[in-house]
Amino acid sequence: MADIIWVYAEISEDKITTTSLEMLAKASEVGKAEAILLGPAPEDAAQTLAKHGASKIYRCADGVYRDYLTLPAAETVASLIQKHSPAVMLFASSYTGRDIVANLSARLDCGAITDVGDFQLKDGSVEATIPALGASYQNTSTLVNQGTKILVVRPKSFEPKVNEQPLAIEEVAATSDEVLRKVHMKERVVVKREGPSLEGAKIVVSGGRGLKGEEQFGLLKDLADVLGGAVGASRAAVDAGWVPYAMQIGQTGKTVKPDVYFAIGISGAVQHLSGMKTSKYIITVNKDAEAPIFQYSDFGVVGDLFKVVPQLIEELKKRKGA
Amino acid sequence: MNVVVCGKVIPASSVTIEIDANTKRIVRKGVTHELDPAAASAVEEALRLTEKHGGAVTLITMGISDATIGIRNALAMGATSAVHILDDALAGSDTLATAKVLAAAIKKQEFDLVLCATESSDSYSGIVPGQIAYFLGVPPVTFAKEIAVDGNKITIKRQSESGYDVVEANLPALVACSSGINEPRYPQLKGIMAAKKKGIKVYTAADLGLSPDQVGDKGAREKVLTVGRPPKRQAGQAVTDEGEGGKQIADFLAEIKVI
Repeated sequence: MADIIWVYAEISEDKITTTSLEMLAKASEVGKAEAILLGPAPEDAAQTLAKHGASKIYRCADGVYRDYLTLPAAETVASLIQKHSPAVMLFASSYTGRDIVANLSARLDCGAITDVGDFQLKDGSVEATIPALGASYQNTSTLVNQGTKILVVRPKSFEPKVNEQPLAIEEVAATSDEVLRKVHMKERVVVKREGPSLEGAKIVVSGGRGLKGEEQFGLLKDLADVLGGAVGASRAAVDAGWVPYAMQIGQTGKTVKPDVYFAIGISGAVQHLSGMKTSKYIITVNKDAEAPIFQYSDFGVVGDLFKVVPQLIEELKKRKGA
Repeated sequence: MNVVVCGKVIPASSVTIEIDANTKRIVRKGVTHELDPAAASAVEEALRLTEKHGGAVTLITMGISDATIGIRNALAMGATSAVHILDDALAGSDTLATAKVLAAAIKKQEFDLVLCATESSDSYSGIVPGQIAYFLGVPPVTFAKEIAVDGNKITIKRQSESGYDVVEANLPALVACSSGINEPRYPQLKGIMAAKKKGIKVYTAADLGLSPDQVGDKGAREKVLTVGRPPKRQAGQAVTDEGEGGKQIADFLAEIKVI
């Protein structure tokens, strides 16, 4: 019998997240994929999961999972694991995913492997591949606990696949434990953004410390606009307060895998590389020829970004018009 | 309000961190160490909160003897006291074993609030704070980019994929701070001098009531099997801008058929 692999499905901005679908693709490849869907979800959420390989969906639409963040979900998932003991359970390396795993792994005393880029399952034992230290290493790890193995998966590690399954839903009861209502979400604030989302963009133009300030990010916006791309940033630029955290790419920010990634005035710290290293093409502009980012570039220009980038924008506009 | 900060002392940012293929652990011996910048932010946040509401700040770190340099830095920033969990038996601890050790050490202190970084800058699992909170039985309030305390209530702005959430809990609680929550202060001479007089309490695993099979390699659920390097990405072309750099990028974009 195929091993059962569970995927914790997440909703963001009224949609099942792409990472949930990526994990379902891998889960279906390794065994029999099933999904857990907790909290209020859009109407077609279960269909979307089934369409991408979930042969069964454990669902509870109760608002407790939204209003009290992740403690209620950890409790519900723990009791489901104890009841059904799947071979592996996958969570996204997201805010929600990491929070649930933290509580769950302590609760079940089972540990977890984080930052997983790929995994295999052999005779009930899991072997996970981890791009450690900003992907400068590629290690493998296993979990020696009995029972379900918990993995936290990096976004963009797999491609979502359509793999239509008949819709099978099992409704589960909401947790009613008051103790789990200790962290109360009072308000959800959506910060508006313009243009395509970073995760979905085919072209990403990112800036770092070399941009020297907030206004200069306008230059990157202009470049992104000509190419129909999105603007990102390194942690240095975010920590300096030039751009919001939502734009951060790297270990502690978003992981992107566009067709073309522009690293402008970014040195290529490990922290940043881990979020963009798997982009198809990397183009670099940096005044420091020794910057580590050049080792990862397909095309690099050593020079003043304030000269090179405006010239590039002009050139693109010219060629577009032609 | 007494605040306990859990923070790591890690290889300095000037060091290229390496993993020993035999021990399968990060090379820490003989490497220059510093207080993890992420931990420094948690210390800074604790200092700001206690400057406003009163109380003491205790730093707890688990690490090798070289960690003292980072502990001194936190004390020089203004932390009241420090605890160093130092025991060779702790080497090889995974996230769960680490959380058990830190929680046991925190329980020996008086605290209203525990502050951590969301994740350390060297191994960045991001799940230790939540594990500690579970072992302490306090609410985990994570990914905080802003913290406010009002009496018994703590309110944070928690980062989310689409913006932020306003989240509330009662003290005692554990808060994990995101990077960039603040700009940590530099220790001043007065602080550095004062830090020399502050004692560092040292605990072993046994002092914390933990048996050797609960911690380190033996207690770890996660085992590293192999340490390797990823296939090298072939470095491409690099040119020096001689006035045509922008045009050359456009040529490359045309070559790969993006334009």
